[in-house]
Amino acid sequence: MVTLVHDNLEQTDAKMSARDVSVYYGSKKAIDEVSIDIPTDYVTAFIGPSGCGKSTFLRTMNRMNDTIASARVEGEIELDGQNIYNPKLDVVQLRARVGMVFQKPNPFPKSIYENIAYGPKIHGLADGKTELDEIVERSLTRAGLWNEVKDRLDDSGTALSGGQQQRLCIARAIAVDPEVILMDEPCSALDPIATAKIEELISELHGRYAIVIVTHSMQQAARVSQRTAFFHLGKIVEYGRTSDIFTNPKEQKTQDYITGRYG
Amino acid sequence: MSATILLLLALGLGLAGWLAARARAWAFRRQSDDGRLGSLPNYHAWYVALWIVIPTLAFALVWTAIAPGLITQSVLGTPEASSLPAFGFERTNILNEARAVATGNAMGVFNPAAEGLVQPYRSAIQRYSIIGLIVTLLIAFAGGAFAFLRLKPDFAARNRVERIVMAILLVASLVAILTTVGIFASLIFETVRFFGMVSPLDFLFGTHWSPDPMANPDNPQSDRYGAIPLFWGTIYIGAIIAMIVAIPLGLMSAIYLTQYANPKLRAWIKPALEVLAGVPTVVYGYFAALTIAPAIRDAAAAMGVSNPSSESALAAGLVMGVMIIPFVSSMADDSIAAVPQAMRDGSLAMGATTNETISRVLVPAALPGIVAGVMLAISRAIGETMIVVMAASTAANLTGNPLESMTTVTVQIVAMLTGEGSFDHPATLSAFALGFVLFLVTLALNFFALRVVKRYREAYE
Repeated sequence: MVTLVHDNLEQTDAKMSARDVSVYYGSKKAIDEVSIDIPTDYVTAFIGPSGCGKSTFLRTMNRMNDTIASARVEGEIELDGQNIYNPKLDVVQLRARVGMVFQKPNPFPKSIYENIAYGPKIHGLADGKTELDEIVERSLTRAGLWNEVKDRLDDSGTALSGGQQQRLCIARAIAVDPEVILMDEPCSALDPIATAKIEELISELHGRYAIVIVTHSMQQAARVSQRTAFFHLGKIVEYGRTSDIFTNPKEQKTQDYITGRYG
Repeated sequence: MSATILLLLALGLGLAGWLAARARAWAFRRQSDDGRLGSLPNYHAWYVALWIVIPTLAFALVWTAIAPGLITQSVLGTPEASSLPAFGFERTNILNEARAVATGNAMGVFNPAAEGLVQPYRSAIQRYSIIGLIVTLLIAFAGGAFAFLRLKPDFAARNRVERIVMAILLVASLVAILTTVGIFASLIFETVRFFGMVSPLDFLFGTHWSPDPMANPDNPQSDRYGAIPLFWGTIYIGAIIAMIVAIPLGLMSAIYLTQYANPKLRAWIKPALEVLAGVPTVVYGYFAALTIAPAIRDAAAAMGVSNPSSESALAAGLVMGVMIIPFVSSMADDSIAAVPQAMRDGSLAMGATTNETISRVLVPAALPGIVAGVMLAISRAIGETMIVVMAASTAANLTGNPLESMTTVTVQIVAMLTGEGSFDHPATLSAFALGFVLFLVTLALNFFALRVVKRYREAYE
């Protein structure tokens, strides 16, 4: 079990905070005036039934919703006090600071090395080959993959197992040194052993990066997170310490969901 | 005439079988306890009908092919035929005339020798059409009876019909393949004849091409059949100049259409681009010969090239490149679109711009498909005939200067086949050897391109 670093909800700094965020797909409202503070030092889990908007909300946090033509966002999301929906903001810089790991592992059809080096190269983070090598090694080490792949960095990233691919994707996200890592159901395509490894990794990364994880598994949320937000029908029903949400929820809906009465 | 009758007969008998089998199936159904059959009555009906129609049609097809030969044989066996010349044109003419009169296609004979053969022809035709009719009926009844007797309440007619339909579809798909084989065989035959007169080494490696269709065929002048300038012209126009135009433009338009264009614009531009592929190549030929070639000549003259050719390789290549754009762009479009969205999202989420995502992730991932598209486009370009016939010249020059006139394999095939040499002259036969080489090269290109595409599709499944 993960021990909580701080237990006082009020004292932590918010890395990201959303104010009255609504998201529309065409005329359909997927997120309805959600406000939430994402703390710096914690793992925050978003739970809720399918279609409740938790993934949609996650994607608004690094503006990946921009790639969907019909999506429209209202309200403000701040990263260190700056509104990321400010038209003047460089979305490329934003995504370098707020990384993302997807539901299905999506390594590029390149070598393992090139997969990791991709981000540092496009952002110009490394001066020369040695520095790039260091970044690659450090990222893979942090993602717990270095020992497994150090002898075959030139193999294709797509040749790895599913779990290794997902850790490669996490290493890839780490390589550009982000401040926040968003994970959209990162274990839903993995077997239990690979899932355990990813969860272990999340616990190790926590503290270094603010992590937000969307998950369908309440056990997973309980295992890896310190804060949990329960989404339902595009709204946050309840948000608080994970231990409180799971042992002593304030809302009846939360109680119903975590005890498996629906969803 | 008799083929039509056989066809109608087959269909009529099929209909009769269909109705009879259906009635029988309904009878089964009424007798059965629960009113159910193994298959619906219509399947019983189709089973019998197909068993009648297919063998009958197959026989009709064979019969129409062999009956004329049989008729002629039997006419030649009559005493009236003994006065015919032993062989040659006249013999054929007389026979043809007699047959034309006998079948009613001609009013009378010019050659009195044919007169006496008309009557034997008439009787032979009549005899054989009766034989054909009887055999058709026999086959129809045999097939029908065989199928009809197998009908039972629990007969799996549905599955049988399924299998027959599958066989029909198989035959349909074999037709195209067998045609290819047939083309190949006929090419080989003439090519072998050509290589009997001109050495393959001279043909494949010689650098001088100027066949003389009027020369004495017994002295084929092997050194005039060096096809290297043609191969070079083909590659230079079709695979180099055309591809310099088509690859960048096709690729860029595919990237724009898949990644940047909004759906409305895409809905307009994509069909417009595909219209290019539907323009008859002869129209491109006009464009190349009447607009582009003079423009290039004038431009070359303005730049100080003395006496530029009005039939430059450049003109043909440029227009051919434009023609090929839709092939490259639609293949590239498909393969870029086939790269999973997750790949694109992954790159964008790293903070890459759309442009970086395209050039570093999407295009490399789609590269095998793009390469395959280019190979198909090349095979299309080097086999292309009309543009080069109209815009390129017939002068076989071995040069790298795009402003010079050049000729291609296809141009020479046309020139040799429509030339003045007799059919068995090596100059004419060289067209078959050229066609054979072209066929092999495009076949190889297509084969490799399709293999690449296949492997690439598997990579994402």
